[in-house]
Amino acid sequence: MSSFISFLINGISLGSVYAIIALGYTMVYGIAKMLNFAHGDVIMVGGYVVFLATSILGLPAWAAILMAVVVCTLLGITIERIAYKPLRGASSLSVLITAIGVSYFLQNAALILFGADTKSFNSVVNLPSLKLMDGAITISDETLVTIVVCILVMVLLTAFINKTKTGQAMLAVSADRGAATLMGINVNKTIAVTFAIGSGLAAIAGVLLCSSYPVLSSTTGSMPGIKAFTAAVFGGIGSIPGAMIGGLLLGIIENLSKAYISSQLSDPIVFGILIIVLLFKPSGLMGKQIQEKV
Amino acid sequence: MKKWRIAAAAVVASMMLAACGGSAEETTTAATEAAAEEAEAAETEAEAEEAEASEGAVWTFGGLGPITGSTAIYGTAVMNGAQIAVDEVNEAGGINGYQVNWIFEDDEAGTETAVNAYNALKDQGMQMLIGTTTSGSCMAVIAETEADNMFQITPSGTTADITAPANVWRMCFSDPAQGTKSAEFIATHELATKIGVIYDSSDTYSSGIYENFAAEAANQGLEIVAAEAFTSESNTDFRTQLQIIQDAGAELVFLPFYYTEASLVLRQANEMGYEPMFFGCDGMDGILTLPDFDVSLAEGLMLLTPFAADATDDKTVSFVTKYEEKFGETPNQFAADAYDCVYVLKQAMEAAGVTPDMSVSDLCDAVCAEMVNVSYDGLTGAGISFSEDGEPNKEPRAVRIENGAYVMMD
Repeated sequence: MSSFISFLINGISLGSVYAIIALGYTMVYGIAKMLNFAHGDVIMVGGYVVFLATSILGLPAWAAILMAVVVCTLLGITIERIAYKPLRGASSLSVLITAIGVSYFLQNAALILFGADTKSFNSVVNLPSLKLMDGAITISDETLVTIVVCILVMVLLTAFINKTKTGQAMLAVSADRGAATLMGINVNKTIAVTFAIGSGLAAIAGVLLCSSYPVLSSTTGSMPGIKAFTAAVFGGIGSIPGAMIGGLLLGIIENLSKAYISSQLSDPIVFGILIIVLLFKPSGLMGKQIQEKV
Repeated sequence: MKKWRIAAAAVVASMMLAACGGSAEETTTAATEAAAEEAEAAETEAEAEEAEASEGAVWTFGGLGPITGSTAIYGTAVMNGAQIAVDEVNEAGGINGYQVNWIFEDDEAGTETAVNAYNALKDQGMQMLIGTTTSGSCMAVIAETEADNMFQITPSGTTADITAPANVWRMCFSDPAQGTKSAEFIATHELATKIGVIYDSSDTYSSGIYENFAAEAANQGLEIVAAEAFTSESNTDFRTQLQIIQDAGAELVFLPFYYTEASLVLRQANEMGYEPMFFGCDGMDGILTLPDFDVSLAEGLMLLTPFAADATDDKTVSFVTKYEEKFGETPNQFAADAYDCVYVLKQAMEAAGVTPDMSVSDLCDAVCAEMVNVSYDGLTGAGISFSEDGEPNKEPRAVRIENGAYVMMD
């Protein structure tokens, strides 16, 4: 029993990292209607900023995280301005390919700047870990912080979108971009703000990812990015609670199939379940069903 | 909905394109290289002759290995270890009266990059190759050296098939041998009987060692209570595997993979409060020099390695002192393997009585014929000799990490 709970907690720990990355994917998709494949690489940039700030500049953890959020937000706005804004009227396919291009650009730029050697990341979370059932079960401090941050971000994002003027503008842009323009909403500004928030979230996700799994290289963000994207689709892309639930479920399924079925088959099982869910519920677990007229 | 489906299709299509692009490029490069090869070989010979005429003949040994990237520690060690041996040989009058020139190229542990680096070495007049350092790039380069009939000895390429061509030799144990020797070592030293294994199923190095370890463990009366895999795409979270192994009651966990992943395994086991014995292979070598790694986590870790810098025999002490003086670092097993390669080569070349004016191919034939007669007391073992198939014969040795340093186990 205690090992089952351990497996479950490992799953939640991995899933909470997926969830926080998925929040960024789902938010940008929900509002700008584009898949920002560079999201995982912005996470990697966030990781490097914290790594450099703590190990070279010797800044305290809070200042390093703040710096990462600022750098990633600026990076997000810049990417949107240079790579995505000129394509606003273009087909979604062109935007998607551009996003893949940005992703490779960031990975290779990091490779040139920081070299290919894997850096060992010092966790910025230094709390005691939680021990349950006389030490049979350990929940690491990183996991606790990730889950708390994840819930906090989810609540704040929901409140921001529902309660503020900018948030309402985002909803309007999401519902109908043309009508929103006619109503006097600045669509470009709204999408830029969306990217700024999404990239700021990526910085926080990067810090938590690198703290939980303390290695850092130019491809650190790519595999978690793909898994988190899967989680966002699983939960219903565009839905903020869906991203959280999708992420957690993905992490738990991955770990339980690793533990009880086969450590080699865990990825095929995860993606197999994704296919089955999408067959029966094409918009994901919590996605909105929209009838489209053909 | 439609847009979403188009997007998904696009992702799949782009991935397929990327994959096809890669292989197409490779084929083209290979074809171009094959065409350019003859021309290059001719050029190299001409250049070598020119060099001879102008500044007196020398031996040119080429080396290949990663000096950047995640396995940079290995390549740098090979480059520096061989440099020490070459300096010693030159000081003592060279080989057959000719000085040795040691040139090294970075292959980034890649296959295409290794072939390019090999060609760059040939352009610089290389006559014999000590390399490559890693198995993957070695498999790519042996095809080239076999076609050129260039003498090649790898200090540390462990894949079994490397020594298949007659011109390729090996200083370290092959993967099968490492798996077998690890099981043998654990059993003869009575370290444990219940063994757990974590291995990288997406890597031939790791799964190769595991398969042979499992086969030999059965012969030695060791029980493998759990064998758990991971892949290069899920190589950061080992908690589940460790939990399964702990539940199965393993006393010793065998980790046949590289030190970057191993550092995470050690850290996560520590967080779980799980403290079995850990045992690794040559891929574990380098864990103590991983930047920012808390070395106290590696305390008690054992690894199969033929070399420990703290050994007190004269040869090791002299090598370690010179290496530390010149490069400011303590040498590892790869440096020692490369050092031994140079001396083995020297012995075989002296027995064959070769001179630098011979062609690359004639040199290779003459030296290969003498390799089986070599008997050399080196840093990585006493009485090192070679079988016809290119494999070395020496006893397995292992070290334990105590107070942040390797200590040779008896």
